[in-house]
Amino acid sequence: MTAMTAMTAMTADTAERYEAVFDAAVAADERIEPRDWMPEAYRATLVRQMAQHAHSEIIGMQPEANWITRAPSLRRKAILMAKVQDEAGHGLYLYSAAETLGTSREELLDKLHAGRQRYSSIFNYPTLTWADVGAIGWLVDGAAITNQVPLCRCSYGPYARAMVRICKEESFHQRQGFELLLALSRGTPAQHEMAQDAVDRWWWPSLMMFGPPDDESSHSAQSMAWKIKRHSNDELRRRFVDICVPQARALGLTLPDPEIRWNEERGHHDFGPIDWTEFQEVLKGNGPCNEERLTQRRRAHEEGAWVREAAAAHAEKHRTTPPARTGHGAPQEATA
Amino acid sequence: MTATAAEATAAALALGDDALVLSHRLGEWAGHAPVLEEEVALANIALDLLGQARVLLSLAGDEDELAYLREERAFRNLQLVEQPNGDFAHTIARQLYFSVYQRLLYGELATGSGEFAPLAAKAVKEVAYHQDHAEQWTLRLGDGTEESHGRMGRACEALWKFTGEMFQPVPGLDLDWPALEASWLELVADVLERATLTVPSGPRTGAWTAGAGRQGVHTEPFGRMLAEMQHLHRSHPGASW
Repeated sequence: MTAMTAMTAMTADTAERYEAVFDAAVAADERIEPRDWMPEAYRATLVRQMAQHAHSEIIGMQPEANWITRAPSLRRKAILMAKVQDEAGHGLYLYSAAETLGTSREELLDKLHAGRQRYSSIFNYPTLTWADVGAIGWLVDGAAITNQVPLCRCSYGPYARAMVRICKEESFHQRQGFELLLALSRGTPAQHEMAQDAVDRWWWPSLMMFGPPDDESSHSAQSMAWKIKRHSNDELRRRFVDICVPQARALGLTLPDPEIRWNEERGHHDFGPIDWTEFQEVLKGNGPCNEERLTQRRRAHEEGAWVREAAAAHAEKHRTTPPARTGHGAPQEATA
Repeated sequence: MTATAAEATAAALALGDDALVLSHRLGEWAGHAPVLEEEVALANIALDLLGQARVLLSLAGDEDELAYLREERAFRNLQLVEQPNGDFAHTIARQLYFSVYQRLLYGELATGSGEFAPLAAKAVKEVAYHQDHAEQWTLRLGDGTEESHGRMGRACEALWKFTGEMFQPVPGLDLDWPALEASWLELVADVLERATLTVPSGPRTGAWTAGAGRQGVHTEPFGRMLAEMQHLHRSHPGASW
């Protein structure tokens, strides 16, 4: 045996042992942490999913920020501003969590701007009326929570912990969205109509947020085996519909699906078919706002370049030199 | 000297309008900031100001009626706060000028026994943070790159003519206005010098009567800002939201 093949054999053997330790940890529901060994495909899947999640928070600011300057009362304006601010914060958490996997925020943003990483397809729909702000809170955040609560038990520690913090704020936003729609639904006839129209337009895109049906979901099986994902797309979608039906009734609004009815046998609501062609078109970049969303994001980044350069130059000029060694034994250890 | 009820209402309106209008301008940044941390910071400042506006306008009447149903000539805010955002340097220069003013003003009001004292005591803490934010960015941009130095300098120059009106006495606010102005000039000059910028030398009232904004005389961009802000509310008379 040559030295070369011996080494290869040993490396393969070591990798196998690492893999066994990783598999056992996942099987025992232990958390994988940044310094732990992990399969490259697990790392890549997480980077992709967390980046997409972070990008969604950032792009998702746009359809709502669209209404900040037109919010119809000061109370609503304050709530909306706080929400958009939270979203920027969620983006920051998620980029930080993704960075524990050896990437950087700059790199991820570059990929978003180049169209090489995605964000949630839902944010490619326009906010045409004030009621859309409520529909986004109720339906879009509602779907996001249904998706994200199980992620609080995701096998990757930093992601799971970020989700715990994010879900708390998200459920607050969702209640506020519901309350906004309720006020409209019980308001003047024009306000009620505005609320119904918003729900009509956001319902189906919200159901698409759970991703393609189980038999067409390419990443699902592996993600479930790794315990990144805990439930299938269709399972979460069913759960969401079951939650929304009574809530819509409480709102005094209807869902735009004549086929929704309770199925005693399955213990779930049946609902009509989703237009997957539309979903595919939006994913391909042909949704109503794909172009605008990315253009605005790129513009903010490009127009802000001189500000970031200034901050870096200032920091460089005013960098405090680390204290010199005093010559009395070992250099002082940082205690922070 | 005790302010009359009418004077107190007018003063609440003046301070409330400043906070409302600047909050609105900062809200326009959402989704457009140069870095994510600034999305958070600018929204945070906008929220603080909106909170102040709501308390102050409620002292003067119904907050939504006052915000959404007055026309341009009835607003009492400073012309400084209604100025368009411009580039990030313009926004920072506006923040620097206004937050130093607001901190001095609320600092004084907080120590008094007038009806604004409780509000001022809370607001002065928020404003200290706003001032710090504006100051740090003035230093970074002024003493950053050649480009940022130029932009920050031009922004400070461009807004200088709106700084005089801040010290036109507001009836109902029993303050030593000339002393306030002297402190403001000293503090702003100090920041600008540390930022390697020149303190602007032009007139501080432009062609305007000092205090025009306080009398409901505004600049052109303000009307468009109000049109956007009030449109939805005005389209549904009497509705609640």
